Amino acid sequence: MTLFLKRWWAECPSYVLALLLLASPVAAVQPDEMLADPVLEARARDISRDIRCPVCQGETIDDSNAPIARDLRIIIRERLLAGDSDQDVIDYIVARYGEGVLFNPPAEGANLILWLAGPALLLAGIGVAMTAARRWRTMPEAALSTEEEARVREILKE
Amino acid sequence: MIVELGHFALILALMVALVQATLPLWGAQRGDARLMALAGPAAGLQLVLVAASFAALTWAFVVSDFSLAVVVSNSHTLKPMLYKVSGVWGNHEGSLLLWVLILAIYGAAVAAFGGGLPARLKARVLAVQGLIGVAFLLFLLLTSNPFWRLALPPLDGQDLNPLLQDPGLAFHPPFLYLGYVGLSMAFSFAVAALIEGRVDAAWGRWVRPWTLAAWVFLTIGIALGSWWAYYELGWGGFWFWDPVENASFMPWLLAAALLHSSIVVEKRESLKAWTILLAIMAFGFSLIGTFIVRSGVITSVHAFANDPERGVFILMILGLFTGGALILFALRAGALEARGVFSLVSRESALVANNILLSVAAFVVFIGTIWPLVGTMLLGRDLSVGEPFFNAAFTPFMVGLALILPVGAMLAWKRGSVERSMRSLIPALVLALALGALGFAMQTGRSALGPVGLALGAWVVFGALTDLWARTGREGVGVRLARMTRLPRADWGKATAHLGLGVTIFAVAAMMAWKLEDIRVVQEGETFPLGAYDVRLDKVEEVAGPNYTSTMATMTVTRGGALVAVLNPEKRIYPVAQMPTTEAAIDYGFLRDIYLVLGDRQQSGGWAVRSYIEPFANWLWAGCILMALGGVLSLTDRRYRVAAGARRMPAGVPAE
Repeated sequence: MTLFLKRWWAECPSYVLALLLLASPVAAVQPDEMLADPVLEARARDISRDIRCPVCQGETIDDSNAPIARDLRIIIRERLLAGDSDQDVIDYIVARYGEGVLFNPPAEGANLILWLAGPALLLAGIGVAMTAARRWRTMPEAALSTEEEARVREILKE
Repeated sequence: MIVELGHFALILALMVALVQATLPLWGAQRGDARLMALAGPAAGLQLVLVAASFAALTWAFVVSDFSLAVVVSNSHTLKPMLYKVSGVWGNHEGSLLLWVLILAIYGAAVAAFGGGLPARLKARVLAVQGLIGVAFLLFLLLTSNPFWRLALPPLDGQDLNPLLQDPGLAFHPPFLYLGYVGLSMAFSFAVAALIEGRVDAAWGRWVRPWTLAAWVFLTIGIALGSWWAYYELGWGGFWFWDPVENASFMPWLLAAALLHSSIVVEKRESLKAWTILLAIMAFGFSLIGTFIVRSGVITSVHAFANDPERGVFILMILGLFTGGALILFALRAGALEARGVFSLVSRESALVANNILLSVAAFVVFIGTIWPLVGTMLLGRDLSVGEPFFNAAFTPFMVGLALILPVGAMLAWKRGSVERSMRSLIPALVLALALGALGFAMQTGRSALGPVGLALGAWVVFGALTDLWARTGREGVGVRLARMTRLPRADWGKATAHLGLGVTIFAVAAMMAWKLEDIRVVQEGETFPLGAYDVRLDKVEEVAGPNYTSTMATMTVTRGGALVAVLNPEKRIYPVAQMPTTEAAIDYGFLRDIYLVLGDRQQSGGWAVRSYIEPFANWLWAGCILMALGGVLSLTDRRYRVAAGARRMPAGVPAE
């Protein structure tokens, strides 16, 4: 099995592999992990949807079958039962597994570039378009070239 | 022998591509008609050679020629024929050969149908197309040759992967590639126009169908992949913001922008430089997508073996083409003089807004995709970017786009009036708001996402219908209906595609907001409620399939005592591949899908069962199909056939 997967790793086109890994049987959250309190359980799900499974790169712990993902899901629920706030739980996990587990990088420090790139480019785009529009408005409408005028006369004659 | 012929044909194709890339370009520069005329036959010959090579590889897969390394690792004698054939492109080498084949098809199509093109432009377009062919043929032959023989062929292949044996996945890559590579046409036209220093309405008319075709293929390809993920992966999701998905989404967004801006070039001879830039960027992003997928530089779910040699090669191709074209753009863009002047409120301005929003959205997807790479290489930090970021950072631009779309689509060219557009849109607006309010009233205590998505989607849908209706004039309903059937196909295409976008927006919001999930342990014979339905786990039994063993559940879904469906979710094990899979059972419905997944047997007895109600799931695929259909309708518009027939006009008269 492992050998098989390893070879797949190497040979498989990634778009296939992407989905292939996701497709491992029976996803994620097991009934025995779930909390009886629906409000706490919903909070746990929300948190675990933003945490990357440390060994599987692109999957959230909510989706992953990896044992560590299961451990993390259980830890989240234990912390919630202990009365932690959502942020406390996230901090707890980040302190142990590093910021790389955050799928939703906080908008601070260098990550600001990531978050502000879109809005900044939008403003820049609007600015450029406005400037261009102002320039065009002062420009006289291009007259027809002599060639085109001849063609227009020809069409009118027809 | 056939395999060697295929290999040989591929090498010959490289030689022909070299000729196609150089001599016509030289001829166009010197005004030598004979050299320019070389481009057409060269493109045709290249297609013949690459097709022969592709046929040889297909043959090797069909007869299971296990002396080929690629066949050994990707096929098996027991594989059904359909998947033996789709196995040709289900691997790195073969998929690149498909890439080159599609490139050759597009090149030959220009040679065959480009009779109305000015000879000089045609020669240059085909030369640029040939140059792309040279780069990828070199890449194929040097780093990823599918024709390598094994010294000691094994008796059977290694692979019989059950998950890949699916019609949805078999046709997903060819469609994506038709889209990716289709954008190379827009690129070739852009570079050729830059070399000429001339862009006119005729150029816009020539570029638009290619871009439209590429966009239609991308739409279908992405939708197929998404649909496959939905029904095969067993957790009801349809989009994961995975780097590989993003790699196909960025070119789609830019192609959408490009096909709108080329309308402005065609109709108003404006936005020329921007359109050229977009054409370069759209193909650039196709190459970036290929790079992301092929190099493994960005770890995603599919952190497959990094292959530095291949990655560097694609990076060089990317640098050469995008960089080269951008330098050419910087040198020549000044020569592209805009002619059609337009006011701040006009169809042109609305299309500029469309372009800004789509490009910025593509950029947001791009920066989110490469941010982990930036983190590792520049910041020395381990960073991840996933769904929460994309949902928060990408969605606002799509909301903006949907808000302005109906108004912008109805503005007059050159100088419009928002007030006049809005006046005819009041019914659409009222309907959309009413539907949104209805949605809000019907759901209880959930986020605003559902109602807002409903209102937004309805706004776009009714806006598209209003637009179509407004084109029929001011007479009585009967006259207008009759006139509607005679509207140009392009008008129908526009309305259909916009309608499809509206449906898609609504479906995405509905699935995200109103999805119902239930995870529990169920005993055989036990009934549990799922929304308005009751689901009973009748029995779980072992069933033998043709090449797998299955643990199959029989589950009965009822609503108020009335039978809705009997579903059989399965867990399968394929002994040959040692591969377990989950087969979700889905009851497709107009308003909702009921989606059941069987999990593991519990120690306490009973089975883990995941059940979903996916509201309006079918609307998502329907929306994508409508968008693609809109593109196809536009493609069949009379104007393009007229333009194609322009070659019958006396030489020297431009298509305009």
